[in-house]
Amino acid sequence: MAKLSVSHISFLELQEIVDLFGKVSGYDLSGYSKSSLKRRIQRVLDLERMDVVDLKNAITNIESFQTYLMNEVTVNVTEMFRDPQYYAALRNDVLPYLETYPQLKFWSAGCSTGEEVYSLAILLMEMGLYDRSFIYGTDINGSVLETARKAIYPLKKIKSYSENYNASGSHGSLSDYYTAMYEAAIVNAEVRKNILFSQHNLATDYIFNEFQFISCRNVLIYFDMELQNKVFNLFYNSLVEFGFLCLGSKETLLNRDIMSNFKVINKEFNIYQKIK
Amino acid sequence: MSKADEIILIGGSAGSYNLIVAIIESLPSYFIYAIVVIIHRNPKFVTRIEDTLAARLHRPIIQAGDKTNISKNMIYFAVPGYHLLVEPDRTFSLDISEQIQFSRPSIDVLFETAAEIYGKRCSAFLLSGANKDGTDGIRIVQKMGGKAFVQSPEEARMRTMPESAIRANQEINIFTDQEIISYFRDLK
Repeated sequence: MAKLSVSHISFLELQEIVDLFGKVSGYDLSGYSKSSLKRRIQRVLDLERMDVVDLKNAITNIESFQTYLMNEVTVNVTEMFRDPQYYAALRNDVLPYLETYPQLKFWSAGCSTGEEVYSLAILLMEMGLYDRSFIYGTDINGSVLETARKAIYPLKKIKSYSENYNASGSHGSLSDYYTAMYEAAIVNAEVRKNILFSQHNLATDYIFNEFQFISCRNVLIYFDMELQNKVFNLFYNSLVEFGFLCLGSKETLLNRDIMSNFKVINKEFNIYQKIK
Repeated sequence: MSKADEIILIGGSAGSYNLIVAIIESLPSYFIYAIVVIIHRNPKFVTRIEDTLAARLHRPIIQAGDKTNISKNMIYFAVPGYHLLVEPDRTFSLDISEQIQFSRPSIDVLFETAAEIYGKRCSAFLLSGANKDGTDGIRIVQKMGGKAFVQSPEEARMRTMPESAIRANQEINIFTDQEIISYFRDLK
């Protein structure tokens, strides 16, 4: 199906693809930001040298292509201790409050390849909370979760993760938490122990547990307002009273109806606490 | 505030800072456009160009927020570390997908998505810079019927970015710094 010329998808064709994909695969892309989604689909067309007709054929007739497309459409850029000051805020403003609970459940929604989950685990270890904590890492993309479970990352990435870690105000060294071999590093078993990675689709799946802490960073930007509000409701209903919700630094709860049920803990990093 | 019917984009990188400040200082107190400035900045170092200019000029100059309206008479800056996109309902959206031309935000991404939505009601300025970001974006702006302007490489501190756009795009307007500033001073 290789084409020599480049094919460009229009917004109308994008809508057709979203409708078809929803019908045949059960993946609902209708609440995704249109321009961002269009670029992701265009990227698949370019990679596979397909045009829109080829794409429709593949969606309809090749079952494994549906998962492939969904995985390619989702963005999986993440880092350990991304936004170091966010982790400092967790250490100072959030985790001391959680010390009062005998058991702690954390949910990292849209965790991609797992770096954020391990960063949280390390922080909990350093605060002496990890033995009574459990972290659920979820993502829509099953293939990134495989990477997350393996917990093996290239050494050249670890270097910048270490810089982030040092900037987050921790007094240890990131190398205390991984073992380096050849060009890669594996996160140590004591960090990996209280974590479960599983697939969850924020757009269509439901509540699966009750949490003291939910983080969902740089995921909601891919959703339109309506789907964002739906996910905010899902998070609200998944939090215990006085539980914390942490969003990305450009994802705000202000100006949303549900804000009346939360209070702002940290405005810069969009950390909120459920108050009613 | 009502949504803008026309949009003006300004993309710059290394060496464009002073001209961008001069452009914003020259703007009239009211114009019907939304103006969006995108410059390459390192997200690890906090810079507050927008706040400094807003305080000095006594007008709102804000970071373009996810899912916020693109309004008339407003000056927006792209957030460091995220791509900035224009949605069909004339709102902004953010995205942290892969860098384009080693850049995020990428000038190409903003120019291309804005051009597709605003068509001939989109104008784009490409200023000094040391890479080729913006060249593809300028091409799409022109293809969709919009107007493209490039800072004269003779005056640009870093000529790579304007030169690359000029080489790749026919019939492009090449403006001196003074012509660029006059254009913005005369906006209605």
